[in-house]
Amino acid sequence: MGDGPRSPAFYALAAFFALFVAFLYGPTLTILVLSFQGPQGGLTFPMNGVSTHWFGKLWAGLGIVDIWGALWRSLRLGLVVMLLTVGIAFFAGLAFRKRFRGEGALFTVAVASLIVPSIVVSLGIGLEFRLLDEAVNWAAARSGWGWLQEHGTLMGLYTSALGAHLTWTLPFGLLIMFAVFNRFDPAYEEAARDLGATGPQTLRHVVVPILGPSLVGVALFGFTLSFDELARTSQAIGGRNTLPLELQGLTTTVTTPEIYALGTLTTGLSLAVIGLALGTSLYLQRRRAKAGLRSG
Amino acid sequence: MTDTALSAMPAAANIPAAPASAASLTAKTRRRRALAYLQALPMALVFLVFFVVPLALTVIVSFWAYNEYEIIPAFTVRNYLDVFEGCLDTADVCTTVRTYLSTLKFCVLTWICTLLIGFTVAYFVAFHVRSRTVQMALFLLCTIPFWTSNVIRMISWIPLLGRNGLVNDTLMGMGIIRTPIEGLLYSDFSVVLAFVHLNTVFMIVPIFNSMARIDRSLIEAAHDCGATGWQTLWNVVVPLAKPGIAIGSIFVVTLVMGDFVTVGVMGGQQIASVGKVIQVQMSALQLPAAAANAVVLLGAVMLMIVAMTRLIDLRKEL
Repeated sequence: MGDGPRSPAFYALAAFFALFVAFLYGPTLTILVLSFQGPQGGLTFPMNGVSTHWFGKLWAGLGIVDIWGALWRSLRLGLVVMLLTVGIAFFAGLAFRKRFRGEGALFTVAVASLIVPSIVVSLGIGLEFRLLDEAVNWAAARSGWGWLQEHGTLMGLYTSALGAHLTWTLPFGLLIMFAVFNRFDPAYEEAARDLGATGPQTLRHVVVPILGPSLVGVALFGFTLSFDELARTSQAIGGRNTLPLELQGLTTTVTTPEIYALGTLTTGLSLAVIGLALGTSLYLQRRRAKAGLRSG
Repeated sequence: MTDTALSAMPAAANIPAAPASAASLTAKTRRRRALAYLQALPMALVFLVFFVVPLALTVIVSFWAYNEYEIIPAFTVRNYLDVFEGCLDTADVCTTVRTYLSTLKFCVLTWICTLLIGFTVAYFVAFHVRSRTVQMALFLLCTIPFWTSNVIRMISWIPLLGRNGLVNDTLMGMGIIRTPIEGLLYSDFSVVLAFVHLNTVFMIVPIFNSMARIDRSLIEAAHDCGATGWQTLWNVVVPLAKPGIAIGSIFVVTLVMGDFVTVGVMGGQQIASVGKVIQVQMSALQLPAAAANAVVLLGAVMLMIVAMTRLIDLRKEL
């Protein structure tokens, strides 16, 4: 440690770290390269020329699988999950600072939601909605009300799947909010209150701007975890699949580099979102630092 | 904060000189607490509707009967008997036990690999990288793949491990092997490899978090007392990083125990896992049977993590 010369251990560990990073990124880089495979090329090396042939095929659609519809559904759901995760986790974080009865129970449930196997959660939500459907059918038969007849299923993208995603993103959101509030100096709020700001004003003009970069982090978790979610969605979605579910199906049926092109595309999309989030977070931090200098 | 507010209330009420301020204090405290409930309500509702009730229903339905067409709300333990069918026969291992043993094997192998790799990586970043900025950059480098698609990250092993993949080609080119190794892809090996690839981040983050809190003067003190690097690592760093190790272990164990996607894709849909049994029963609409299996799985996972959670208070770690 300290400032002395590097020990031999440093170089050994640095080499190990470099190997780990290669292990982490290598495979993804491989399919990135292979997705530009020539028209005659296959799933493995060598490259048979370089082309965007497989991206073109992908653009035309993957046979019966509505891949663009699935991508669109996943994007929309991810956006909704992101907004809800930020909002719900932020206010829950505020509540935990004030303390309330049942906070221990809520925290336990949040952590449990994170560590209960996804397939169990998914199964439970699937069961719940099936039973709800049966209850509605029963009520429809009993009452004879027109608007209840042939309702189909309550299971869907913005009901059961949305809920399944929230059970996965909210615990992350809450844990981040805990970490953030642990480092938050209440003196800022007290100062605002002393200057006559109301509760909502303090939130809007003091707390949210200070926590802005962290809230962007929560949003990043909300979107990406939802966009890639598979296990919890599997039993809790109606007829129309999200992108990860379609992808899982494609792994056994597609035998051309098209699937690599799709991989490159979705990874690129995820990286763009990550970049956007990190950029926004940095920008907010800089702006705050500058504003602090000006007023200070 | 609740405690101080509660004890402040009667104390303030006992002072007769300031009844007005006492009344306003109680009103204020009450408003503050009502606000706390209101702010926690959305999260509580989401977990109630999409976590607590579903789990309760799973337990209830696991005791229901079913036929080919519907589930029948009549109490039976048949589903559990089916799960453990043949398990009392000591001569032969029953399907359930075999499946659990297979999943457990993946679990232990993945746990060992992720722990060793995760600890080493976290240790390097936390103790050997001196600049905070570089630390954060390397930490991010390790976590970025976590935010990308898991299925794609599994698929990306195909060009490397396949029969004509890069690994086989390289080994044959170097003359180490004559014929391609068959069991690289769609085998136990590729399943564990993918698990390690996907889940090491769950070890790195909590262990790094624990290590970042270790007071650097402790390391110096150990050094001054004549401890070697290994002694310091084993007697100072490892004990203080234990909470992070425990949290990471809980994540990895539960992720592997309940998995059906990784085993499915990397095992070529040929390897059994507990999660997969549940998924197959679910798609065959044998809901009570799936529910019973889910309850057994949940019990097994809970048993495994109770020991680990006993050791730490998660909230202190944040």
